Amino acid sequence: MTDTLPTPVPGGLDAQRLREAYRTMRTIRAFEERLHEEFASGDIPGFVHLYAGEEASATGVCMHLDDRDSIASTHRGHGHCIAKGVDVKAMMAEIYGRRTGACQGKGGSMHIADLSKGMLGANGIVGGGPPLICGTALASKQQNTGGVGVAFFGDGASNQGTTLESLNLASVWGLPAIFVAENNGFAEATASAWSVAADNIADRAAGFGIPGVIVDGFDFFAVHEAAGEAIERARGGGGPTLIEVKFTRYYGHFEGDQQSYRLDEVKQARETVDCLKAFRSRVTGTGLLDEAGLESIDGEVFALIDAAVAEAKQAPRPTRSDLETDVYVSY
Amino acid sequence: MTTTAESTTTTSQDETTRMTMAVAMNSALDLALDGDEKVILLGEDIADPAGGVLKVTRGLSSKYGTGRVRATPISETAIIGTAIGAALAGYRPVAEIMFMDFMGVCLDQITNHAAKLRYMSGGHSTIPITIRTTVGEQRFGAQHSQSLEAWFMHTPGIKVVMPSTAIEAKGLLASCVADDDPCLFIENVRLAFSQKQEVPVGDYRIPLGEADVKRPGADLSVITYGPAVHTALATAETLADEGIDLEVVDLRTLIPLDMASVMDSVAKTRKAIVLHDATTFCGPGAEIAARITEELFGKLDAPVKRLGAGYHPAPYAPSGLSYLPTSDELADTARELLGY
Repeated sequence: MTDTLPTPVPGGLDAQRLREAYRTMRTIRAFEERLHEEFASGDIPGFVHLYAGEEASATGVCMHLDDRDSIASTHRGHGHCIAKGVDVKAMMAEIYGRRTGACQGKGGSMHIADLSKGMLGANGIVGGGPPLICGTALASKQQNTGGVGVAFFGDGASNQGTTLESLNLASVWGLPAIFVAENNGFAEATASAWSVAADNIADRAAGFGIPGVIVDGFDFFAVHEAAGEAIERARGGGGPTLIEVKFTRYYGHFEGDQQSYRLDEVKQARETVDCLKAFRSRVTGTGLLDEAGLESIDGEVFALIDAAVAEAKQAPRPTRSDLETDVYVSY
Repeated sequence: MTTTAESTTTTSQDETTRMTMAVAMNSALDLALDGDEKVILLGEDIADPAGGVLKVTRGLSSKYGTGRVRATPISETAIIGTAIGAALAGYRPVAEIMFMDFMGVCLDQITNHAAKLRYMSGGHSTIPITIRTTVGEQRFGAQHSQSLEAWFMHTPGIKVVMPSTAIEAKGLLASCVADDDPCLFIENVRLAFSQKQEVPVGDYRIPLGEADVKRPGADLSVITYGPAVHTALATAETLADEGIDLEVVDLRTLIPLDMASVMDSVAKTRKAIVLHDATTFCGPGAEIAARITEELFGKLDAPVKRLGAGYHPAPYAPSGLSYLPTSDELADTARELLGY
């Protein structure tokens, strides 16, 4: 990781866009760090899987997306939600199981969705998302909107038939679909170095006749550049791309995970390659953004997260009758 | 409850023509594609010249193009997932899974995604997909022959439809495609070409969730659906010669389940047999029989009986040892209940 920002800035991002990228990554980090604390307090009723450490991936990809585009996410989906513009307070309320949540408390951390933002949903099924993206990409293709579908999935999902069927179908039909394999090194407790029968997940792209790209997942600019090329190609009718983003997650598979399967790589990553630190270093080095401006964003983000938690804790819980609706449109 | 299929209200009183069940379903799909740009079809071999394994989609890709009538690789999960994703993006996809036993390949996308996304998103997701599938014949062997509707009845969030006649195949399929919930439409190899009726040529729909009394009778209610309806009707003719008057109730839709019609019938006859091609054990009949017993306990003259497939995979060898319930078994069971 270099200390100086190449000129021009990769991806041609101006100061405002760089601030947006930083705000998104900082929001994800603060959201997850706070959940880590809140989960330990026992106030959160369900399971949470934290995205901390992986912020550059969701942010670097979603910076290219707009209202035409949709994403499918994973069980580790908070970062994807935030990067696609889902309301942070509605997310927090959902994780607290409140009626004011994004899904009225019926989804929880693993199922946060906001169709109005093109966020099809976090997903409790490993490999559940890629087939859905073939559908939204098909819809874009049918209507010539230029829209793309992006499936985020992990190294574990890269071994699921659902993912491989989707890569094949997307290639056969030439769909504007982007497959982002977020390889954080472990599928739950199983090392991807063992479970993925190839040197890289991206190597599998060749088998489907599509481009495969490997990216340093701690480097926002690298992700942003690779995603930009793939998305531009897809929008222009050039078909799907498989992008493998390599990094480490900062917490366990789930909150409460003892992590007996790994050593102190997290500490090292936090100190040496952390995406937020690297981003700050690069953008301040150019003079495009200054430390004071970034700290101002930090303050606004922390205030937002404080408010989200406070409001979530005070929000009403769903009633019994709320929990029995939305099974069918009509019955 | 309607009294006969033919009396069901049509949305168009235009001409009718004699159609097989396969042609009737083709007609429903043709009209759906013609009437709504957002209707698309996808599945293995559905495009011409194959036109589907039962020819249900024959001619449609030629008429509407391979962009809207899309052949797929043999990738059941991708087919269903793509249909769901397209539905989330405003389409009304009709996906074909060639045989019902293949549902196991894509069950996750059906039960964990199609059936649950609406609920999990607090009502923000709408999944107006129709999944067409076929139950095969015993001679196709154990992986092409099982009636698995109970799997889907057990998962809230999906509707389950199983027609018994050509006219209902058209009317119910049209209603499934137009419905905003995920619908599983189960066809049958035996009926696809054997069932022929006068069917409305134009738009024709039968509401989901309404049973139909195929034969009124006084002595005993046979609650059934799909191909077993014809087993019941044949048995009713046999027993009529013995002075036993069967009422045959065709459920037509399993979810929503028209229990009101079932209760009306059984309250009248005070005796019931639930008959289906699905495995008896934990089959749809178990639920229906339990509900009848719970609600009509004091009015029943005899225990509610169930007849379905045996608790083993469908055998290949015919040899007179039918896997599916036979007319003789139904007649014997009816006589037994009349003896109470």
